[in-house]
Amino acid sequence: MANLACEFVGIRSPNPFWLASAPPTDKEYNVRRAFEAGWGGVVWKTLGEEGPPIVNVNGPRYGAVWGADRRLLGLNNIELITDRPLETNLQEIKTVKRDYPDRAVVVSLMVPCVEDAWKAILPLVEDTGADGIELNFGCPHGMSERGMGSAVGQVPDYIEMVTRWCKQNTRMPVIVKLTPNITDIRYPARASKAGGADAVSLINTVSSITSVNLDTYSPEPSIDGKGTHGGFCGPAVKPIALNMVAQIARDPESEGLPISGIGGVTTWRDAAEFLTLGAGNVQVCTAVMTYGFKIVQEMISGLGDWMDEKGHASVDDVVGRAVPNFTDWQYLNLNYVTKARIDQDLCIGCGRCFAACEDTSHQAIAINPGRKFEVIDEECVACNLCVNVCPVEDCITMEELAPGVVDPRTGQEVVADYGNWTTHPNNPGTCAAE
Amino acid sequence: MANNPFTPGIAAGRLPSGALDRNFADLHPPFDRHEALVAADRCYFCHDAPCVTACPTTIDIPLFIRQIATGTPEAAARTIFDQNILGGMCARACPTETLCEEACVREVAEGRPVEIGRLQRFATDTMMARDGHPYARADQTGKRIAVVGAGPAGLACAHRLAMHGHEVVVFDSRQRPGGLNEYGIASYKTVDEFAQAEVEWLLGIGGIKVAQDTRLSDGLDLEALIGDHDAVFLGIGLAGVNALRIEGADLQGVDDAVAFIANLRQAEDLSSLAIGRNVVVVGGGMTAIDAAVQSRLLGAENVAIVYRRGRDRMTASRYEQDLAASKGVRIVTHARPVRVIGDGTVQEVEFEYTRDGASGLEDAGETFRLAADQVFKAIGQTLEGAPDALQIEGGKIKVDESGRTSIPGVWAGGDCASGGDDLTVTAVAEGRDAAEDIHNAILAGKENVNETPRPGNEPG
Ligand SMILES: Cc1cc2nc3c(=O)[nH]c(=O)nc-3n(C[C@H](O)[C@H](O)[C@H](O)COP(=O)(O)OP(=O)(O)OC[C@H]3O[C@@H](n4cnc5c(N)ncnc54)[C@H](O)[C@@H]3O)c2cc1C
Ligand SMILES: Cc1cc2nc3c(=O)[nH]c(=O)nc-3n(C[C@H](O)[C@H](O)[C@H](O)COP(=O)(O)O)c2cc1C
Ligand code: SF4
Ligand code: SF4
Ligand code: SF4
Repeated sequence: MANLACEFVGIRSPNPFWLASAPPTDKEYNVRRAFEAGWGGVVWKTLGEEGPPIVNVNGPRYGAVWGADRRLLGLNNIELITDRPLETNLQEIKTVKRDYPDRAVVVSLMVPCVEDAWKAILPLVEDTGADGIELNFGCPHGMSERGMGSAVGQVPDYIEMVTRWCKQNTRMPVIVKLTPNITDIRYPARASKAGGADAVSLINTVSSITSVNLDTYSPEPSIDGKGTHGGFCGPAVKPIALNMVAQIARDPESEGLPISGIGGVTTWRDAAEFLTLGAGNVQVCTAVMTYGFKIVQEMISGLGDWMDEKGHASVDDVVGRAVPNFTDWQYLNLNYVTKARIDQDLCIGCGRCFAACEDTSHQAIAINPGRKFEVIDEECVACNLCVNVCPVEDCITMEELAPGVVDPRTGQEVVADYGNWTTHPNNPGTCAAE
Repeated sequence: MANNPFTPGIAAGRLPSGALDRNFADLHPPFDRHEALVAADRCYFCHDAPCVTACPTTIDIPLFIRQIATGTPEAAARTIFDQNILGGMCARACPTETLCEEACVREVAEGRPVEIGRLQRFATDTMMARDGHPYARADQTGKRIAVVGAGPAGLACAHRLAMHGHEVVVFDSRQRPGGLNEYGIASYKTVDEFAQAEVEWLLGIGGIKVAQDTRLSDGLDLEALIGDHDAVFLGIGLAGVNALRIEGADLQGVDDAVAFIANLRQAEDLSSLAIGRNVVVVGGGMTAIDAAVQSRLLGAENVAIVYRRGRDRMTASRYEQDLAASKGVRIVTHARPVRVIGDGTVQEVEFEYTRDGASGLEDAGETFRLAADQVFKAIGQTLEGAPDALQIEGGKIKVDESGRTSIPGVWAGGDCASGGDDLTVTAVAEGRDAAEDIHNAILAGKENVNETPRPGNEPG
């Protein structure tokens, strides 16, 4: 049985499944139950500076996007950092860490962008016995208007500066949590590294409006007839998060910087994907807010079974395995030619592939007598759209044309050698070089 | 009222009224909004969808289901009603398992089709629950059309004609309009007086006058109708029943299944309806199933359907057969009745086993008897009351694809007309299509289409 225990920036946890800083980690009661359920670690809900706590709205905080049967695909929130007194949180963190020494307890922080504010809070956190801190530079609403959260995370210089302050004022490992609401995620990651960060974690939520009420004309969630932008998370953001994690993982300038993967992790499979793209562990929020803490049991068994099947003994064995296969478009093999193939035994004759290809793509699917859907090789560009719209799994597959075979679309023989855009005759860059 | 299923003979009130209410409740309870959304989500929105081809009224099923899925059930209802104004009854009565749902690609793939019928009901119920009628009439044309028969065929025809701006008079021999929707369809498929509510709603379009209790060939004659109207549509169904030509068929307790069902549909109080302890139903169609199932539901102890051929030859679908079996009806196949035995009233029926021989069905040489207090004949309905001048084909009024009969100016559709299955939905399609043809014929500028002979379709 694969060993799921891991060590992330020196912090040990029995498995790579942590709870992200959010309502599930906002108090002792929750965190204790999460640990009992099997979670490997938590990042405590973000603490602010001493003084009267922030206040939340007293109307709805969440908006949502649903799929079939009201499956929650995405959640949007306008909640702020913890609204409980600093002292209460610190006290609870201390007790929980004392009772669960084998679990990771990291404390998320967000205080004003002045060194004294950080100097003041860091010793208090250290005093709890917590394993590390996470700097919340990600929150896209409410706090950013006050010069915190993503207002810091969007300016690499600030990230570097604050990270450095923290590193200078605490012995605890510092994880910088990044906002996805920027153009190129590599810059804040590089700034974190330059500031001395032990790791980055990402993504925080994506700025969003989930829906508009068509009776009241208010964005949702509506607070007395008005709405504001919130932060989007859950399964819908996973592709965005995966890309950002992978971009950092393969950036030579931030090479070796540990990454905690966050964003839409819902099943063991999502977690495994984050790990292969370079995340050292994952953090989960929406999935537990949807289904409760128990899902970690599926994550543990699923990841373990998959690792056993693949012969991976430890989590480290998995981390980053897919990174070398993540490349730029220009290096993709243009001599790799495939054609869509329809398995007539599996086809149920719905015609969706036809509608998609005929109406919107390459007119490469024919309806032959007997409602038989067949690919016209002369037209098929292998775009994969039919595969994606077909409701039957594995009914349409992309089959590779062997070298030497003539592609009926181009009339050209498939070449065995690898050839990419940089060497392609149509590339003006290539021509100029000649 | 101390009767129970074991009370000998024919007796009323075999079950307490609570049990009767439960037995005759909706067979497929309506979807609530969420259930409808979930069911709608299963639809693949097929291209050139097979389910549409399988629907006799060609409802755009993927479109209406998508309209439900996107929260606009009334738009869905319009999509349905555009093709089938009795979409509400069809949603309840159609044997979907042999129509749209049989063709659904998910039936093919998983044996579990999209529940098209129940979704159709959700959409149509939603719209019918609101006030008013969704269609407006075109400018009045001043043309008058006579429709004979207020069943699904006649009503669909009348509605379409009224929509096109014509004046319509519907004549019907019964007390209440609706045809077999009102007198035939099994109670548990159309609860809460839905048939009458639907007729009222349909008539909401205006321009349709209904004359009940008026029978063609009996105070009303075709010549006169043709003379007084710009066109005539006949949707008189099959008012007669086949006779059971065996010894003892006239004994008391041998009844028509259709009449039994009509009584049941009209009964104010089900506990006043008498039913035998032992009931034998002869036949293999939907009527046989409905008579047998409803006998059981009324509290008959033993109910058997006896059919002369094999199960696969029964016109009742497999689903209907299973429904009957699940209600405790015994289905005996390959047996034909040879004699009804009794002393004034029926006591037993004697059957001869049959087998499929080289030259058709032959006797197997062995007989058996079933105890019976009541025997229902469900061996087919026949055309009755069709004017003699009409050309008949295979026992039905001969029509072409547009519903034109052999007499110019006279159209026919539904069960009484040749071609098509004997189903509510087919009757609707034929009534609707005939209306379109009548409309086009009238608009073609003919002052009186009756005077325009059509080649190849003259009276015999
Ligand atoms: C017991 C039973 C159960 C059935 N169950 C189903 C089912 O579940 N699903 C399904 O799809 N189909 C079912 N059918 C078949 C379906 O009911 C018919 O196919 C459909 O009703 C035919 O419609 P129609 O308009 O042609 O005739 P009908 O519905 O028979 O209507 C004919 C109308 O004409 C009137 N009429 C008859 N003769 C005259 C006359 N001489 N003058 C004036 N008016 C006249 C009648 O009173 C009647 O109102 C069932 C049939 C029966 C008998
Ligand atoms: C209601 C809510 C409150 C959140 N509060 C915080 C917070 O206080 N600090 C923080 O760093 N992230 C916060 N987040 C972001 C999550 O930690 C996480 O980064 C994000 O939800 C993406 O992960 P997910 O897709 O698993 O939910 C919050 C998210 C939600 C839904
Ligand atoms: S791969 Fe694209 S082009 Fe080829 S058949 Fe499929 S949809 Fe058409
Ligand atoms: S989408 Fe798939 S199942 Fe549907 S017709 Fe095309 S190949 Fe067949
Ligand atoms: S065949 Fe089934 S899945 Fe396809 S459109 Fe019709 S109902 Fe939907």
